[in-house]
Amino acid sequence: MNSYSTFGTALHRVAILCYVLFALFPLFWLLKVSVTPNDLLYSEGVRMWPSRMSFEHFRFVLAHSAFPVFFRNSMIVAGATAVIVTLLASLSGYALSRFTFRGKYWLVALMLLTQMFPLVMLVAPIFKMLSPLGLTNSLTGLVVVYTAFNIPFATFLMQSFFDGIPKELEEAAKIDGATQFMAFRQIVLPLTLPGIAATLGFVFTAAWSELLFALMLISGNSAATFPVGLLTFVSKFSVDFGQMMAAGVLALIPACLFFLFIQRYLVQGLTAGAVKG
Amino acid sequence: MASIEVRNVRKNFGIVSVLHGVDLSIANGEFVVLVGPSGCGKSTLLRMIAGLEEVTEGEIRIDGMRVNERAPKDRDIAMVFQSYALYPHMNVAENMSYGLRIRKAAREKITAAVSNAARKLELQPLLARRPKALSGGQRQRVAMGRAIVRQPKAFLFDEPLSNLDARLREQMRAEIKKLHRDLGATSIYVTHDQIEAMTLADRIVAMHEGVVQQVGSPLELYDRPANLFVAGFIGSPAMNFLSARYEVGAGTAGARLPDGTLIGLSSGYQLEEGAAVTLGIRPEHVEMSPASESSLRATVDLIEPTGFGIILHLGLHGLPFNVFTLDRAALTAGPTVTVAFPPQHLHLFDETGKRALESSLQKGKG
Repeated sequence: MNSYSTFGTALHRVAILCYVLFALFPLFWLLKVSVTPNDLLYSEGVRMWPSRMSFEHFRFVLAHSAFPVFFRNSMIVAGATAVIVTLLASLSGYALSRFTFRGKYWLVALMLLTQMFPLVMLVAPIFKMLSPLGLTNSLTGLVVVYTAFNIPFATFLMQSFFDGIPKELEEAAKIDGATQFMAFRQIVLPLTLPGIAATLGFVFTAAWSELLFALMLISGNSAATFPVGLLTFVSKFSVDFGQMMAAGVLALIPACLFFLFIQRYLVQGLTAGAVKG
Repeated sequence: MASIEVRNVRKNFGIVSVLHGVDLSIANGEFVVLVGPSGCGKSTLLRMIAGLEEVTEGEIRIDGMRVNERAPKDRDIAMVFQSYALYPHMNVAENMSYGLRIRKAAREKITAAVSNAARKLELQPLLARRPKALSGGQRQRVAMGRAIVRQPKAFLFDEPLSNLDARLREQMRAEIKKLHRDLGATSIYVTHDQIEAMTLADRIVAMHEGVVQQVGSPLELYDRPANLFVAGFIGSPAMNFLSARYEVGAGTAGARLPDGTLIGLSSGYQLEEGAAVTLGIRPEHVEMSPASESSLRATVDLIEPTGFGIILHLGLHGLPFNVFTLDRAALTAGPTVTVAFPPQHLHLFDETGKRALESSLQKGKG
């Protein structure tokens, strides 16, 4: 029994390790290509690490391309979208979790419906709508579109976190003398931090890597986001793999920093001890 | 401290009606227990008094003031929840002082109130701990502490001991009683445990299917249950019931069992001759006796020693029948025993399940 459980644990760990390796391998390849000098890129065959490392691609991307602008744009768009969506989704998710109101069923159905068809279908009508408002080729336009598309899912996500917080906590607060809003702000919100962090992270990543709308709504470099910028490395006759990968590695940094920042809130178990479980 | 009035209160959830007109008046400083099986509406009634549920119809008054439209925060009551509902991100002291802090009480007053409550409940060493670092009993104590620091008009308890183990439950039960004696606060306590109801209450309100069945002191409910429901609900092991027909003769009254045995009654009842009745007797009142004219022979199905006494599970005409006795001789009872019912301990219920009204025996036909 004991040796069996040790064996089982070992097997479990090995399986996880294999999965992690599999998932991280593309990232490793990204890094490897980004530090491979151009002359070795096609001459060395398939190798795990180039025989000579160089940061020339990074230097080029930072100094001679429009990438710093793309980064800034992406940061603005993804950051603003994440904050706005999380704020709105917290309120709507709380309402869906706690209140019964007329039309709730249809509201949820409608929100679910928006998640059901491919976004490509909507590109043309959205362009048509945003164009007279002067919101094409603008970061604000992108934020509006991303916010609209992320709110339904984020709402469901937040609702599930609110559902996990016992109703009695708010009732106790109300009896203690709190208004509905005070109970929300002082009791529920601090306990939902993991949910808020998860939602922030999810929306930030989604907006950070969105390509379709960015490509369709933005023309020219001044308002382009980083995924659109990546495509500038693809020219008619060649692809600048080294520079593209270097840009990719750089694009990972903000996302990694962001998750590093929110990860302590992602830790669950904050509600332990509230009620007998 | 305050009195609480509940007047013809009804509650509907959509088309489902859970309370059908409840009237109740609770005096200042009284300890009232609402007792009944799950789904009888006792928790809903408590939550309506707290302001957590809207009143569909009727009126609730605290200290003479109508509170139907008041938010919970403006009713000045405290509530202890079954799940404790402690704020997990606050330590014990913060949990207890939350109510005072949001009412912007002076800091010295808060400190004094918290340390006073902590002393009463022996929580001083735990004040800096978070709820997750406390045991079930300690959490329960903190929930009580949170209720008493504010010195509210009334305390509401919603099955506060259900999540504790048996020993702790007994201990906390005694503490709640002591606390009530010391504070003298008006308290309403909801439970499905009739022992808690019996031991804690000044007055018990027995509820069933959204209707108040009987209101009275614990012993009133035990000695003179108003109907079959209360008779069966109060007391453990539960009262035995036998179907019978009422018979009355010159100066005597009795209940005829289906097998023909006549059980003598101590008084007459306002019932028709031959009326179908239910005879009730508590297991602790049944006598194990030598065979006689009015005794009954029963088969022994099971013997349960509880240490303090013995519960005999019998079969009487094929129906289950329990006897509780302190006599250890019962442990070695044979396959059958004879039992007798002392008339002064018999309860008689009419066809509708209501307690039959007594009358003098002379009224009986000659």
